[in-house]
Amino acid sequence: MKYFYYSGCSLEGTAAEYDTSTRAVLRELGAELMEIEDWSCCGASAAESASYLLSMVLPARNIALASRTGIEADFVVPCSACYLNLRRVGDHVHRDEALAQRINEVLSEEGLTYQKGLKTRHLLDVLANDFSCEDLDERSRRKLSGFKVAPYYGCQCLRPYRDFDDPQQPASMDPLIEALGAQVHPWSAGARCCGAGLMTTKKNVALRLVGDILSAARGADCIVTVCPMCQMNLESFQSKISRERGEKLDISILYLPQLLGLAFGIRDRELNLHMNLALTEPFLHKLRTITGC
Amino acid sequence: MSTNEPNTNASPPGTRGADAMQTLAGRLSACMQCGTCTGSCANSESMDITPRHLWRLVQLGLKDCIFDSATFWICSSCYYCTLRCPRGLPLTDAMGELKRIAVAEGLFRDRTSPLFYRTFLDTVRRYGRVREMEVMARYFLALRSPAVSAGFTPLGIKLLMKGKIKPRIPGMSGRGKLGPIYDKVREMEARS
Repeated sequence: MKYFYYSGCSLEGTAAEYDTSTRAVLRELGAELMEIEDWSCCGASAAESASYLLSMVLPARNIALASRTGIEADFVVPCSACYLNLRRVGDHVHRDEALAQRINEVLSEEGLTYQKGLKTRHLLDVLANDFSCEDLDERSRRKLSGFKVAPYYGCQCLRPYRDFDDPQQPASMDPLIEALGAQVHPWSAGARCCGAGLMTTKKNVALRLVGDILSAARGADCIVTVCPMCQMNLESFQSKISRERGEKLDISILYLPQLLGLAFGIRDRELNLHMNLALTEPFLHKLRTITGC
Repeated sequence: MSTNEPNTNASPPGTRGADAMQTLAGRLSACMQCGTCTGSCANSESMDITPRHLWRLVQLGLKDCIFDSATFWICSSCYYCTLRCPRGLPLTDAMGELKRIAVAEGLFRDRTSPLFYRTFLDTVRRYGRVREMEVMARYFLALRSPAVSAGFTPLGIKLLMKGKIKPRIPGMSGRGKLGPIYDKVREMEARS
Protein backbone atom coordinates (compact mmCIF):
# COMPACT_ATOMS: atom_id res chain seq x y z
CA MET A 1 0.00 0.00 0.00
CA LYS A 2 1.26 3.43 -0.98
CA TYR A 3 0.66 6.68 0.87
CA PHE A 4 1.74 10.28 0.66
CA TYR A 5 3.38 10.95 3.99
CA TYR A 6 2.80 14.41 5.41
CA SER A 7 4.82 14.49 8.61
CA GLY A 8 4.22 18.12 9.54
CA CYS A 9 6.66 20.43 11.29
CA SER A 10 6.58 18.99 14.82
CA LEU A 11 7.80 15.64 13.58
CA GLU A 12 10.96 17.35 12.31
CA GLY A 13 11.64 18.70 15.79
CA THR A 14 10.09 18.02 19.16
CA ALA A 15 8.27 14.93 17.91
CA ALA A 16 11.16 13.34 16.01
CA GLU A 17 10.50 10.01 17.76
CA TYR A 18 6.94 10.01 16.42
CA ASP A 19 8.33 10.40 12.90
CA THR A 20 10.93 7.65 13.15
CA SER A 21 8.61 5.18 14.91
CA THR A 22 5.77 5.84 12.46
CA ARG A 23 8.03 5.23 9.48
CA ALA A 24 9.45 2.06 11.03
CA VAL A 25 6.07 0.59 11.96
CA LEU A 26 4.49 1.33 8.59
CA ARG A 27 7.51 -0.18 6.85
CA GLU A 28 7.17 -3.34 8.96
CA LEU A 29 3.51 -3.53 7.97
CA GLY A 30 4.47 -3.32 4.31
CA ALA A 31 3.32 0.22 3.58
CA GLU A 32 5.26 2.45 1.24
CA LEU A 33 5.55 6.13 2.14
CA MET A 34 6.06 8.75 -0.53
CA GLU A 35 7.61 12.03 0.54
CA ILE A 36 5.96 15.25 -0.57
CA GLU A 37 8.79 17.28 -1.95
CA ASP A 38 9.03 20.85 -0.65
CA TRP A 39 6.03 20.44 1.68
CA SER A 40 5.22 23.34 3.97
CA CYS A 41 3.43 24.07 7.24
CA CYS A 42 -0.35 23.43 7.33
CA GLY A 43 -0.92 26.71 9.19
CA ALA A 44 -1.63 24.96 12.51
CA SER A 45 -4.11 26.90 14.61
CA ALA A 46 -2.35 30.18 13.84
CA ALA A 47 -3.41 30.80 10.24
CA GLU A 48 -7.11 31.09 10.96
CA SER A 49 -6.49 34.02 13.29
CA ALA A 50 -4.81 35.91 10.46
CA SER A 51 -6.77 35.04 7.35
CA TYR A 52 -9.35 32.49 6.33
CA LEU A 53 -7.90 32.32 2.83
CA LEU A 54 -4.39 31.73 4.17
CA SER A 55 -5.73 28.98 6.44
CA MET A 56 -7.02 27.24 3.32
CA VAL A 57 -4.07 27.97 1.05
CA LEU A 58 -1.37 26.64 3.38
CA PRO A 59 -2.73 23.08 3.56
CA ALA A 60 -3.93 23.20 -0.07
CA ARG A 61 -0.37 23.90 -1.19
CA ASN A 62 0.69 20.48 0.10
CA ILE A 63 -2.19 18.68 -1.56
CA ALA A 64 -1.31 20.47 -4.81
CA LEU A 65 2.31 19.32 -4.50
CA ALA A 66 1.17 15.71 -4.10
CA SER A 67 -1.34 15.79 -6.94
CA ARG A 68 1.33 17.25 -9.25
CA THR A 69 3.03 13.83 -9.16
CA GLY A 70 0.00 12.28 -10.87
CA ILE A 71 0.06 9.44 -8.36
CA GLU A 72 -3.23 8.60 -6.71
CA ALA A 73 -2.76 7.71 -3.09
CA ASP A 74 -4.14 8.68 0.28
CA PHE A 75 -2.38 11.13 2.55
CA VAL A 76 -1.35 9.67 5.86
CA VAL A 77 -0.93 12.33 8.53
CA PRO A 78 0.35 11.56 12.05
CA CYS A 79 -0.40 14.99 13.55
CA SER A 80 -4.04 15.61 14.40
CA ALA A 81 -3.89 19.36 13.73
CA CYS A 82 -2.24 18.84 10.34
CA TYR A 83 -4.78 16.14 9.54
CA LEU A 84 -7.67 18.45 10.36
CA ASN A 85 -6.28 21.34 8.33
CA LEU A 86 -5.63 19.21 5.26
CA ARG A 87 -8.97 17.47 5.65
CA ARG A 88 -10.85 20.77 6.01
CA VAL A 89 -9.75 22.10 2.64
CA GLY A 90 -11.55 19.37 0.74
CA ASP A 91 -14.66 19.84 2.84
CA HIS A 92 -14.77 23.64 2.50
CA VAL A 93 -14.09 23.54 -1.23
CA HIS A 94 -16.88 21.02 -1.58
CA ARG A 95 -19.29 23.47 0.04
CA ASP A 96 -18.00 26.65 -1.63
CA GLU A 97 -16.95 26.37 -5.26
CA ALA A 98 -15.59 29.90 -5.47
CA LEU A 99 -13.11 28.97 -2.77
CA ALA A 100 -11.21 26.57 -5.04
CA GLN A 101 -10.75 29.38 -7.55
CA ARG A 102 -9.47 31.72 -4.88
CA ILE A 103 -7.07 29.10 -3.55
CA ASN A 104 -5.78 28.46 -7.05
CA GLU A 105 -5.37 32.14 -7.79
CA VAL A 106 -2.96 32.26 -4.84
CA LEU A 107 -1.22 28.99 -5.64
CA SER A 108 -0.62 30.10 -9.23
CA GLU A 109 2.12 32.29 -7.74
CA GLU A 110 4.06 29.05 -7.42
CA GLY A 111 2.66 27.42 -10.54
CA LEU A 112 0.60 25.01 -8.43
CA THR A 113 -3.01 23.88 -8.77
CA TYR A 114 -5.18 22.44 -6.06
CA GLN A 115 -7.47 19.62 -7.17
CA LYS A 116 -10.04 17.66 -5.27
CA GLY A 117 -9.55 13.96 -5.05
CA LEU A 118 -6.71 12.92 -2.79
CA LYS A 119 -8.00 11.64 0.51
CA THR A 120 -6.54 12.88 3.78
CA ARG A 121 -6.36 10.28 6.51
CA HIS A 122 -5.06 10.28 10.03
CA LEU A 123 -2.33 7.79 10.89
CA LEU A 124 -4.66 6.11 13.40
CA ASP A 125 -7.27 5.58 10.68
CA VAL A 126 -4.64 3.87 8.52
CA LEU A 127 -3.28 1.73 11.37
CA ALA A 128 -6.73 0.69 12.53
CA ASN A 129 -8.35 0.07 9.15
CA ASP A 130 -5.75 -0.81 6.53
CA PHE A 131 -4.21 -3.64 8.52
CA SER A 132 -5.85 -6.44 10.37
CA CYS A 133 -5.23 -7.57 13.91
CA GLU A 134 -3.69 -10.69 12.36
CA ASP A 135 -1.18 -8.44 10.55
CA LEU A 136 -0.21 -6.94 13.88
CA ASP A 137 -0.21 -10.26 15.65
CA GLU A 138 1.98 -11.81 12.96
CA ARG A 139 4.58 -9.09 13.28
CA SER A 140 4.63 -9.00 17.06
CA ARG A 141 7.80 -10.72 18.17
CA ARG A 142 6.86 -10.28 21.79
CA LYS A 143 3.60 -9.85 23.58
CA LEU A 144 3.16 -6.85 25.81
CA SER A 145 1.25 -8.91 28.33
CA GLY A 146 0.87 -7.33 31.72
CA PHE A 147 0.81 -3.81 30.29
CA LYS A 148 -2.25 -1.69 30.87
CA VAL A 149 -2.46 0.99 28.22
CA ALA A 150 -4.70 4.08 28.29
CA PRO A 151 -5.56 5.07 24.69
CA TYR A 152 -5.64 8.83 24.34
CA TYR A 153 -7.18 10.19 21.13
CA GLY A 154 -7.49 13.88 21.87
CA CYS A 155 -9.76 15.99 19.69
CA GLN A 156 -8.93 16.81 16.15
CA CYS A 157 -8.51 13.30 14.78
CA LEU A 158 -12.07 12.62 15.98
CA ARG A 159 -13.89 15.92 15.62
CA PRO A 160 -15.45 17.56 13.71
CA TYR A 161 -14.92 14.89 11.01
CA ARG A 162 -16.09 11.46 12.01
CA ASP A 163 -13.94 9.66 9.49
CA PHE A 164 -13.07 6.50 11.36
CA ASP A 165 -14.24 6.45 14.94
CA ASP A 166 -16.93 7.51 17.36
CA PRO A 167 -16.17 11.18 18.08
CA GLN A 168 -17.10 10.93 21.76
CA GLN A 169 -16.40 7.35 22.72
CA PRO A 170 -13.59 6.35 20.41
CA ALA A 171 -12.42 2.76 20.40
CA SER A 172 -10.28 2.32 17.30
CA MET A 173 -7.11 1.85 19.37
CA ASP A 174 -8.55 -0.94 21.51
CA PRO A 175 -8.08 -3.80 19.01
CA LEU A 176 -4.55 -2.58 18.22
CA ILE A 177 -3.56 -2.57 21.89
CA GLU A 178 -5.14 -5.95 22.45
CA ALA A 179 -3.46 -7.42 19.38
CA LEU A 180 -0.13 -6.65 21.03
CA GLY A 181 -1.13 -8.63 24.07
CA ALA A 182 -1.65 -5.56 26.25
CA GLN A 183 -4.76 -4.59 28.14
CA VAL A 184 -6.85 -1.46 27.58
CA HIS A 185 -7.18 0.81 30.62
CA PRO A 186 -10.90 1.54 30.97
CA TRP A 187 -11.39 5.29 31.14
CA SER A 188 -13.53 8.05 29.69
CA ALA A 189 -10.81 10.67 29.22
CA GLY A 190 -9.57 9.39 25.86
CA ALA A 191 -11.46 12.00 23.83
CA ARG A 192 -11.03 14.94 26.21
CA CYS A 193 -9.05 17.98 25.24
CA CYS A 194 -5.42 18.43 26.38
CA GLY A 195 -5.60 22.19 25.93
CA ALA A 196 -3.59 22.15 22.69
CA GLY A 197 -1.93 25.50 21.99
CA LEU A 198 -3.31 27.00 25.19
CA MET A 199 -0.32 25.43 26.95
CA THR A 200 1.70 28.24 25.38
CA THR A 201 -0.75 31.13 25.56
CA LYS A 202 -3.03 30.31 28.54
CA LYS A 203 -1.01 27.82 30.50
CA ASN A 204 -3.21 27.49 33.59
CA VAL A 205 -6.24 26.60 31.50
CA ALA A 206 -4.32 23.80 29.77
CA LEU A 207 -2.69 22.53 32.97
CA ARG A 208 -6.12 21.94 34.48
CA LEU A 209 -7.19 19.83 31.51
CA VAL A 210 -3.98 17.81 31.49
CA GLY A 211 -4.24 17.23 35.24
CA ASP A 212 -7.69 15.71 34.82
CA ILE A 213 -6.45 13.40 32.07
CA LEU A 214 -3.40 12.25 34.05
CA SER A 215 -5.60 11.66 37.05
CA ALA A 216 -8.02 9.51 35.04
CA ALA A 217 -5.08 7.43 33.79
CA ARG A 218 -4.09 6.30 37.29
CA GLY A 219 -3.77 2.55 37.34
CA ALA A 220 -2.49 2.37 33.76
CA ASP A 221 1.16 1.70 32.91
CA CYS A 222 1.21 4.25 30.15
CA ILE A 223 -0.86 6.54 27.95
CA VAL A 224 -0.48 6.30 24.19
CA THR A 225 -1.09 9.30 21.96
CA VAL A 226 -1.55 9.98 18.25
CA CYS A 227 -0.64 13.66 18.09
CA PRO A 228 2.56 15.57 18.85
CA MET A 229 0.69 18.36 20.63
CA CYS A 230 -1.19 15.94 22.91
CA GLN A 231 2.04 14.08 23.61
CA MET A 232 3.93 17.24 24.52
CA ASN A 233 1.16 18.55 26.76
CA LEU A 234 0.72 15.25 28.59
CA GLU A 235 4.43 14.59 29.15
CA SER A 236 5.93 18.00 29.85
CA PHE A 237 4.41 19.27 33.07
CA GLN A 238 3.74 16.17 35.14
CA SER A 239 5.86 17.15 38.11
CA LYS A 240 4.40 20.66 38.24
CA ILE A 241 0.84 19.29 38.08
CA SER A 242 1.59 16.60 40.68
CA ARG A 243 3.00 19.26 43.00
CA GLU A 244 0.05 21.57 42.56
CA ARG A 245 -2.53 18.83 43.04
CA GLY A 246 -0.69 17.06 45.81
CA GLU A 247 -1.05 13.73 43.98
CA LYS A 248 1.56 11.60 42.29
CA LEU A 249 0.47 11.79 38.67
CA ASP A 250 3.60 10.82 36.79
CA ILE A 251 2.95 8.27 34.05
CA SER A 252 4.75 7.15 30.91
CA ILE A 253 3.52 8.72 27.69
CA LEU A 254 4.28 7.01 24.38
CA TYR A 255 3.26 7.52 20.82
CA LEU A 256 1.08 4.68 19.55
CA PRO A 257 3.65 3.58 16.92
CA GLN A 258 6.29 3.39 19.65
CA LEU A 259 4.10 0.89 21.49
CA LEU A 260 3.54 -1.09 18.29
CA GLY A 261 7.27 -0.94 17.60
CA LEU A 262 8.09 -2.35 21.03
CA ALA A 263 5.96 -5.41 20.26
CA PHE A 264 7.37 -5.69 16.74
CA GLY A 265 10.88 -5.69 18.18
CA ILE A 266 11.94 -2.57 16.28
CA ARG A 267 15.31 -1.26 17.43
CA ASP A 268 15.50 1.79 19.67
CA ARG A 269 17.42 3.60 16.94
CA GLU A 270 14.04 3.95 15.27
CA LEU A 271 11.68 4.00 18.24
CA ASN A 272 13.81 6.60 20.03
CA LEU A 273 12.18 5.99 23.39
CA HIS A 274 15.06 7.87 24.99
CA MET A 275 13.61 11.05 23.48
CA ASN A 276 10.34 10.76 25.42
CA LEU A 277 10.04 13.18 28.29
CA ALA A 278 7.90 10.99 30.53
CA LEU A 279 8.96 7.37 31.05
CA THR A 280 8.67 6.15 34.62
CA GLU A 281 11.05 3.71 36.27
CA PRO A 282 8.31 1.10 36.97
CA PHE A 283 7.35 1.20 33.27
CA LEU A 284 10.94 0.77 32.12
CA HIS A 285 11.41 -2.06 34.61
CA LYS A 286 8.36 -3.86 33.27
CA LEU A 287 9.63 -3.34 29.75
CA ARG A 288 13.01 -4.83 30.63
CA THR A 289 11.37 -7.96 32.02
CA ILE A 290 9.65 -8.45 28.67
CA THR A 291 12.47 -7.53 26.33
CA GLY A 292 15.13 -9.11 28.48
CA CYS A 293 17.49 -6.18 28.06
CA MET B 1 -21.95 9.50 8.01
CA SER B 2 -22.94 12.49 10.10
CA THR B 3 -26.21 14.07 10.98
CA ASN B 4 -25.14 17.58 11.82
CA GLU B 5 -22.59 18.74 9.31
CA PRO B 6 -21.91 22.46 9.73
CA ASN B 7 -24.74 24.66 8.52
CA THR B 8 -23.83 26.39 5.30
CA ASN B 9 -26.80 28.48 4.41
CA ALA B 10 -25.12 31.82 5.12
CA SER B 11 -22.18 33.72 3.65
CA PRO B 12 -18.81 32.02 3.68
CA PRO B 13 -16.32 32.65 6.47
CA GLY B 14 -13.52 35.10 6.00
CA THR B 15 -15.61 38.10 5.10
CA ARG B 16 -13.70 41.29 5.79
CA GLY B 17 -14.38 44.62 7.37
CA ALA B 18 -17.60 45.83 9.00
CA ASP B 19 -19.55 43.05 7.30
CA ALA B 20 -17.63 40.41 9.17
CA MET B 21 -19.70 40.68 12.34
CA GLN B 22 -22.94 40.74 10.39
CA THR B 23 -21.92 37.74 8.37
CA LEU B 24 -21.07 35.87 11.53
CA ALA B 25 -24.38 36.86 13.13
CA GLY B 26 -26.11 35.48 10.03
CA ARG B 27 -24.28 32.18 10.29
CA LEU B 28 -25.34 31.86 13.93
CA SER B 29 -28.89 33.14 13.52
CA ALA B 30 -30.33 29.69 14.14
CA CYS B 31 -28.79 29.51 17.63
CA MET B 32 -31.65 28.91 20.08
CA GLN B 33 -29.60 29.44 23.24
CA CYS B 34 -29.90 25.87 24.46
CA GLY B 35 -26.44 25.93 26.07
CA THR B 36 -25.27 22.55 24.77
CA CYS B 37 -22.08 24.31 23.66
CA THR B 38 -21.37 25.60 27.15
CA GLY B 39 -22.15 22.24 28.71
CA SER B 40 -19.77 20.55 26.27
CA CYS B 41 -16.95 23.07 26.52
CA ALA B 42 -13.73 21.83 28.14
CA ASN B 43 -12.79 25.36 29.13
CA SER B 44 -16.02 27.15 29.98
CA GLU B 45 -14.98 27.34 33.65
CA SER B 46 -12.00 29.46 32.63
CA MET B 47 -14.05 31.81 30.43
CA ASP B 48 -15.44 35.17 31.54
CA ILE B 49 -18.68 34.59 29.63
CA THR B 50 -19.98 31.24 28.43
CA PRO B 51 -20.06 30.25 24.75
CA ARG B 52 -23.88 30.33 24.77
CA HIS B 53 -23.78 33.92 26.08
CA LEU B 54 -21.20 34.86 23.46
CA TRP B 55 -23.40 33.64 20.58
CA ARG B 56 -26.26 35.78 21.88
CA LEU B 57 -23.98 38.82 21.89
CA VAL B 58 -23.01 37.99 18.31
CA GLN B 59 -26.65 37.74 17.27
CA LEU B 60 -27.33 41.11 18.87
CA GLY B 61 -24.22 42.68 17.34
CA LEU B 62 -22.89 43.89 20.71
CA LYS B 63 -19.34 44.24 19.50
CA ASP B 64 -17.93 46.01 22.56
CA CYS B 65 -19.13 43.27 24.90
CA ILE B 66 -17.83 40.56 22.58
CA PHE B 67 -14.31 41.92 22.35
CA ASP B 68 -14.15 42.87 26.02
CA SER B 69 -14.40 39.16 26.64
CA ALA B 70 -11.47 36.76 26.33
CA THR B 71 -13.77 33.78 25.87
CA PHE B 72 -12.92 33.06 22.23
CA TRP B 73 -9.18 33.13 23.01
CA ILE B 74 -9.76 30.33 25.53
CA CYS B 75 -11.29 28.03 22.94
CA SER B 76 -8.85 25.17 22.37
CA SER B 77 -10.68 23.94 19.25
CA CYS B 78 -11.79 20.59 20.67
CA TYR B 79 -14.90 20.73 18.44
CA TYR B 80 -17.26 19.27 21.06
CA CYS B 81 -19.64 22.22 20.66
CA THR B 82 -19.63 21.88 16.88
CA LEU B 83 -20.24 18.16 17.19
CA ARG B 84 -23.11 18.47 19.62
CA CYS B 85 -24.88 21.65 18.48
CA PRO B 86 -28.45 20.57 17.74
CA ARG B 87 -28.64 23.26 15.04
CA GLY B 88 -25.45 22.04 13.38
CA LEU B 89 -23.80 25.46 13.68
CA PRO B 90 -20.06 25.81 12.98
CA LEU B 91 -19.29 27.09 16.48
CA THR B 92 -15.60 26.28 16.64
CA ASP B 93 -15.09 28.04 13.32
CA ALA B 94 -17.03 30.99 14.76
CA MET B 95 -14.52 31.20 17.63
CA GLY B 96 -11.79 31.32 14.98
CA GLU B 97 -13.67 34.05 13.11
CA LEU B 98 -13.78 36.16 16.27
CA LYS B 99 -10.03 35.71 16.75
CA ARG B 100 -9.52 36.88 13.19
CA ILE B 101 -11.70 39.96 13.61
CA ALA B 102 -10.00 40.80 16.93
CA VAL B 103 -6.54 40.60 15.32
CA ALA B 104 -7.58 42.54 12.20
CA GLU B 105 -9.12 45.37 14.20
CA GLY B 106 -6.78 45.34 17.19
CA LEU B 107 -9.61 44.43 19.53
CA PHE B 108 -7.79 42.48 22.22
CA ARG B 109 -6.59 43.25 25.72
CA ASP B 110 -4.31 40.31 26.27
CA ARG B 111 -1.74 40.22 23.52
CA THR B 112 -0.31 36.74 24.25
CA SER B 113 -2.36 34.78 21.70
CA PRO B 114 -2.21 37.35 18.86
CA LEU B 115 1.51 37.73 19.41
CA PHE B 116 2.11 33.99 19.40
CA TYR B 117 0.11 33.45 16.22
CA ARG B 118 1.86 36.33 14.48
CA THR B 119 5.29 35.04 15.42
CA PHE B 120 4.34 31.56 14.31
CA LEU B 121 3.01 32.67 10.93
CA ASP B 122 5.99 34.90 10.28
CA THR B 123 8.32 31.96 10.83
CA VAL B 124 6.27 29.93 8.38
CA ARG B 125 6.48 32.75 5.84
CA ARG B 126 10.26 32.81 6.19
CA TYR B 127 11.06 29.12 6.06
CA GLY B 128 7.90 27.41 4.84
CA ARG B 129 7.95 25.31 7.98
CA VAL B 130 7.92 25.95 11.69
CA ARG B 131 11.17 26.11 13.55
CA GLU B 132 9.87 25.45 17.03
CA MET B 133 12.81 26.90 18.93
CA GLU B 134 12.86 30.08 16.90
CA VAL B 135 9.10 30.57 17.28
CA MET B 136 9.33 30.24 21.05
CA ALA B 137 12.43 32.42 21.35
CA ARG B 138 10.92 35.19 19.24
CA TYR B 139 7.61 34.90 21.08
CA PHE B 140 9.22 35.24 24.50
CA LEU B 141 11.35 38.15 23.31
CA ALA B 142 8.33 39.96 21.95
CA LEU B 143 6.25 39.17 25.04
CA ARG B 144 8.85 40.76 27.35
CA SER B 145 7.59 38.75 30.28
CA PRO B 146 10.40 37.10 32.24
CA ALA B 147 7.85 35.21 34.36
CA VAL B 148 6.21 33.52 31.39
CA SER B 149 9.57 32.69 29.80
CA ALA B 150 10.84 31.30 33.11
CA GLY B 151 7.86 28.92 33.24
CA PHE B 152 9.06 27.31 30.03
CA THR B 153 12.81 27.34 30.72
CA PRO B 154 12.99 23.87 32.34
CA LEU B 155 11.11 22.37 29.39
CA GLY B 156 13.35 24.21 26.93
CA ILE B 157 16.44 22.81 28.60
CA LYS B 158 14.98 19.28 28.59
CA LEU B 159 14.16 19.55 24.88
CA LEU B 160 17.66 20.81 24.09
CA MET B 161 19.26 17.99 26.07
CA LYS B 162 17.13 15.43 24.24
CA GLY B 163 18.23 16.92 20.93
CA LYS B 164 14.62 17.70 20.04
CA ILE B 165 15.21 21.34 19.36
CA LYS B 166 18.34 22.74 17.82
CA PRO B 167 19.52 26.32 17.91
CA ARG B 168 19.79 27.48 14.32
CA ILE B 169 20.84 30.77 12.88
CA PRO B 170 17.71 32.75 12.05
CA GLY B 171 17.32 33.38 8.36
CA MET B 172 17.49 36.99 7.26
CA SER B 173 14.05 38.24 6.38
CA GLY B 174 13.51 39.39 2.80
CA ARG B 175 10.37 38.04 1.23
CA GLY B 176 10.74 34.58 2.66
CA LYS B 177 10.03 31.14 1.26
CA LEU B 178 6.23 31.62 1.22
CA GLY B 179 6.38 35.38 0.70
CA PRO B 180 4.69 35.31 -2.72
CA ILE B 181 1.76 33.33 -1.33
CA TYR B 182 1.36 35.54 1.73
CA ASP B 183 1.51 38.67 -0.43
CA LYS B 184 -1.03 37.32 -2.87
CA VAL B 185 -3.46 36.44 -0.05
CA ARG B 186 -3.12 39.94 1.35
CA GLU B 187 -3.64 41.51 -2.08
CA MET B 188 -6.76 39.43 -2.76
CA GLU B 189 -8.24 40.16 0.64
CA ALA B 190 -7.68 43.88 0.20
CA ARG B 191 -9.62 43.65 -3.06
CA SER B 192 -12.67 41.90 -1.65
